[in-house]
Amino acid sequence: MKKTLQLDGLDCAVCAGKVEKAVKQLTGVESASLNFITQKLTLEVDPTMLDDVLARVRKVVPQSQHGCTVL
Amino acid sequence: MTRMQKRTLTRIILSSALFITALFMAEGTLRTAFFAVAYVLVGWDVLWLAARNIVRGEIFDENFLMSLATIGAIIIGEYPEAVAVMVLYQTGELFQSYALGKSRKSIASLMDIRPDTANVERDNLLLTLSPDEVAVGETLVIKPGERVPLDGVVLEGHSVLNTAALTGESLPRDVAPGDDVISGCVNQGGLLRIRVTKRFEDSTIAKILDLVENASAKKARVENFITRFAKVYTPLVCGLALLLFAIPSLITGDARTWGERALSFLVVSCPCALVISVPLSFFGGIGGASKRGILVKGSNYLEQLANVNVVVFDKTGTLTEGAFKVTVIHPQLVSEQELLRLAATVESFSDHPISRSIRAHYHLPVNPGELSNVQEIAGQGISATLGGRTVYAGNETLLNAIGVAVNVCPHLGTIVHVAQDDTYLGHIVIADQIKATSREAIQLLKREGVRKTVMLTGDTQPVADYVAGELGLDEAYAQLLPADKVDRVEDLLTQTHQHGYGKLVFVGDGVNDAPVLTRADVGVAMGALGSDAAVEAADVVLMDDDPRKLALGMRIARKTLAIARQNIVFALSVKAVTLLLVAFGLANMWLAVFADVGVSLLAILNATRALNTGD
Repeated sequence: MKKTLQLDGLDCAVCAGKVEKAVKQLTGVESASLNFITQKLTLEVDPTMLDDVLARVRKVVPQSQHGCTVL
Repeated sequence: MTRMQKRTLTRIILSSALFITALFMAEGTLRTAFFAVAYVLVGWDVLWLAARNIVRGEIFDENFLMSLATIGAIIIGEYPEAVAVMVLYQTGELFQSYALGKSRKSIASLMDIRPDTANVERDNLLLTLSPDEVAVGETLVIKPGERVPLDGVVLEGHSVLNTAALTGESLPRDVAPGDDVISGCVNQGGLLRIRVTKRFEDSTIAKILDLVENASAKKARVENFITRFAKVYTPLVCGLALLLFAIPSLITGDARTWGERALSFLVVSCPCALVISVPLSFFGGIGGASKRGILVKGSNYLEQLANVNVVVFDKTGTLTEGAFKVTVIHPQLVSEQELLRLAATVESFSDHPISRSIRAHYHLPVNPGELSNVQEIAGQGISATLGGRTVYAGNETLLNAIGVAVNVCPHLGTIVHVAQDDTYLGHIVIADQIKATSREAIQLLKREGVRKTVMLTGDTQPVADYVAGELGLDEAYAQLLPADKVDRVEDLLTQTHQHGYGKLVFVGDGVNDAPVLTRADVGVAMGALGSDAAVEAADVVLMDDDPRKLALGMRIARKTLAIARQNIVFALSVKAVTLLLVAFGLANMWLAVFADVGVSLLAILNATRALNTGD
């Protein structure tokens, strides 16, 4: 299922690529696309793992890019 | 400013204060201590991130390179330089972050047409809710001055709507009970009660906002190039730095000088400005276009609009109104009014667009009760008994069948001949009107440098030639079936692409032009204020059906592309010059960082110019 998350603090375009890559590698994430300008992260998630995936996304985003958080 | 930005600013200020103080101090441990504190205060997060990212395997990280450059400076004893570079770098990053935030905000405010509240009637109460809490079928009240929050149908009230949010122009639209209203418009007249027809997430305004936001997902070729280039750039500059250090040092033995210069190279190795400013320019361009009622669904389409060679138009509904109207009446033996009355009455049971236009022109009510024995003959017309006589209304085929000679009409359009028993009474010409704006639209396109304007239509050649002549089109092809239209566009595409430049734009009204819209380089549809078919099929939607907007769209596209190119050329030139100056010892690390930071800032500010479409 599709889920859109709003990010904040994404200042570096190159780093947006890093965040997107990190999110894509999480299990349960079928696909991910990060729009650097709107800071919106669009995910295709396995519906059975939704809460778990969201929790892990919230952790991995600040880890990949310092200062970046999921709102 | 965010909290984090404020904290960074504080660190920068404190660090600068310590730094400047230290500059005036005498050489010694205290002075060094001041520099050390200043350095760590302003740079600790850069150093920390550098270390952490190396562990993760990411070497060519901005943090690492900055850390390396400044630590290198410390090693060779250039304490002031290390601190200054770190301070300048952090300042640059801060400004970049701030400028980016402001750009994002100004683009967001452009699209600030999202309705926040809806007044819903529930159980005899008027509740104020968020638009996404309203269900289909519920009744809304829209007060004068309020924005329509959801798509619906007017139940009660007469008013005037301002469609500026969707079309970019204050085009007033009268609405009365039974009319559709579109979300996003502002109610400028009286109170309206409407019945909701679509949920908020399916509403026109939500779809438009969604489209504009996601338009940056389809990248322009320039953007892809910059991304690939950025990946190569950093390792390249670092490699050059290494060479700059190694080779001259081995030759001259002066490791220190060349080491210092090599470190300065590292400072210019981040292409961030480019990677941010190019997508930002396109986003601004798309936002600016949507403000003018031109919905561009992808940055790649905006890029292509900047280089259009051929524009192909569909006729009906695009260059013409698409509505059939009575244009000429040639009666014989009876008056115009009588001819109309007979035709309108006989046609009163038919729902054919021709019948409707005749009835509309007649204006007065008809009495179908007068008719008996109504027969509709497909492809020919209608006959009925009226006032004791048989009245026929139809084309030449029908009249030939009953043996009545017709008067051929020189006028273009669909001709409805009328006969009573065996007497010819005259004919009515029904035609599709050319839009008042079409002529100007073609002229504007030619002024924008479009080399060929073409029209495709299923209508007859005489009609096509007439329209082409009126509008100044270069080519017109008639009698085309939908499949023929695709073939024509294919031919034109081959021609354009053979010359290796220029794109082909096809403009249609969306509903039945889907295959051609897909085939063209850029498919433009007339949006009729948000018709689903148009928005679905096309790459660009003209929200108010005004063909002149295409030329404007091309102008916005050119400006956006120009800004993106300016940024690339400017940023790369400055970086190249800086590297050269450093290599020849004419610039030190300070200057290098300063130049790099300055360029990033200017690129971002320049990108926001794409928002102002001017005219």
